[in-house]
Amino acid sequence: MKHLKPVNQKADRVERHIEVEAGARGDVVALQQGPLRPDAAVPLGCSFVFFPGWEVDVEGGTAGLCSPVERDLFDCHLGCFWPAQVPDQLNHAPDWTASCASAQKDWRKIDLIFP
Amino acid sequence: MSERLRTRHLHRFEAAGKAFLYLQSAAIFALDDASRAILDLLEAEPRSRHEMQTALAARWPTDELEESLDELVKVEAVAPVDQAPAPMPKIIPLEPFPLTTMVMNVTNQCNLACAYCYEYGEDKIVETANGAQPKFMSEETATQSVDFMLREAGPNKVVHMTLFGGETLLNLPVLKIAIPYARQRAMEAGKRVEFNLTTNATLLKPDVVDFLVENDVAVTISIDGPPEMQDTFRVFRSGAGSYDVAMPKIKELLRRHRTKPIGARVTLTSKTLDVGRIFRHLTDEVGFREVGFAPVTTSPDRQYAIEDGGFDTMLGQFRTLAEEFRDHALENRHHAFANVKDTLEEIHKGANKAYPCGAGLGLIGVATDGQVALCHRFAGSDEHTMGTVDGGIDRERQAEFLDRHHVARKTDCRTCWARPLCAGGCYHEAQTRYGATDAPNLHYCDWIREWTDVCLRIYGELAERNPAYLARFEGRVTDEASQAS
Repeated sequence: MKHLKPVNQKADRVERHIEVEAGARGDVVALQQGPLRPDAAVPLGCSFVFFPGWEVDVEGGTAGLCSPVERDLFDCHLGCFWPAQVPDQLNHAPDWTASCASAQKDWRKIDLIFP
Repeated sequence: MSERLRTRHLHRFEAAGKAFLYLQSAAIFALDDASRAILDLLEAEPRSRHEMQTALAARWPTDELEESLDELVKVEAVAPVDQAPAPMPKIIPLEPFPLTTMVMNVTNQCNLACAYCYEYGEDKIVETANGAQPKFMSEETATQSVDFMLREAGPNKVVHMTLFGGETLLNLPVLKIAIPYARQRAMEAGKRVEFNLTTNATLLKPDVVDFLVENDVAVTISIDGPPEMQDTFRVFRSGAGSYDVAMPKIKELLRRHRTKPIGARVTLTSKTLDVGRIFRHLTDEVGFREVGFAPVTTSPDRQYAIEDGGFDTMLGQFRTLAEEFRDHALENRHHAFANVKDTLEEIHKGANKAYPCGAGLGLIGVATDGQVALCHRFAGSDEHTMGTVDGGIDRERQAEFLDRHHVARKTDCRTCWARPLCAGGCYHEAQTRYGATDAPNLHYCDWIREWTDVCLRIYGELAERNPAYLARFEGRVTDEASQAS
């Protein structure tokens, strides 16, 4: 704060609290934290988007999914914060999926990366 | 953005040429000129942001004023007029609260007959002379009390055991058993006991002084000042004053007992209100290192009750001593006026009290029969009991007490800026004045506010000119034992 200077220990705590609140502005918030502030950043991804048949089909298997299970590979590590274990495609393995034009058909062509 | 703003319950004070703000959160902020000007305007009447900017445009640019206002809103000094203040949080300690201090009334008998005594005088709440309580605590009850204290202390490593009366030294045999027993049992439990004993000093014979020195017992002497004041109320049953009996013994104690501070505790009445003279006598002439003052607890119609004019006189003298304290503290020198130091510590930490004192929480009193009471002033009162030493603290009664006495229930205190430090004041004072422990002590509100203001100014001055002095309070747990009176 610029105009008010904390003097006792309680004022220090009040100032820290205000700073933490200010620092939290624009940060990711969880939905259960009450009404959203207009400046809150809400994460997007599979758990926020209605995308039926993602995990299992009506039979409880993966054969009849409207999206093939193999798409997880791309959707999780690109569009979402889900920590899919994939190589770093920006720096170390830019061509990792080059031979995989269609995940459903070509996923077997994606190989492991060896350091 | 046209909503009007107003100030909340706050207190502004000046010290060392600077402006400060004391808030309901107990936080203290120093103000710059812009925030000072904004508060000046808002204290006069509620205004909108636009009105304030217009009024102050010549002195500060808009963004400066906006920034300053935002800060005042964030620390809850200023709020929109139509925004009701957030309800005071009422948080009751749920876990068994560990005991810090046990005040043990080893006897309810006294060899003096002080007219104003809350235990024997006109305003007593327990029938002490011919009541149900035994006159002296037995050896068995004393050792049971010690076990109770160590049990209820829970995780606390240090426990304070305050030996109290009546006249405490009338039951010397039990003291001689209880103190070594407490030390032994504490050692076995991995704890330490700090002993404090309150006495009128008339029975401080050489062997008693030996005992106190050997056992490292801190001593508080109840004394009202030089002969003409001491002998006004602190008299033997015959009416003879006690000064000449007590004083040589006090001097001997001060001379020989060097390991623990010996404090004087003065009761002020309408007839003995010369605070400055009492203080000089007890420090310069007698040699006490600490002197604490408290106005007598009484119903208003007693002749010794301090009335409004008396409170002003007392406050004026307190202020003079407090300023002396400040001058000493600025040079890191000791000053014996105990009342200021305790308040400064609370101000520095930002104490914001839900309860006026630790009674019934971290502090309890034990009566001669082992009944546990709110504090020593209620020892023996069936109405204010909170268990027994063999059965432990009655948690249900304690919970009920804490619920009923929380400051959030004291509607009168809601708009008072001094609430964080006062929280309604002493339960015993309230019982004596209003017949109810949960009544706020409205008869001394003005006095409390003025005294708090004096202490805040001294605090502000020290914070500006000698902050190192205040750093000594950091990390210390407030010692409730020193508050037993």
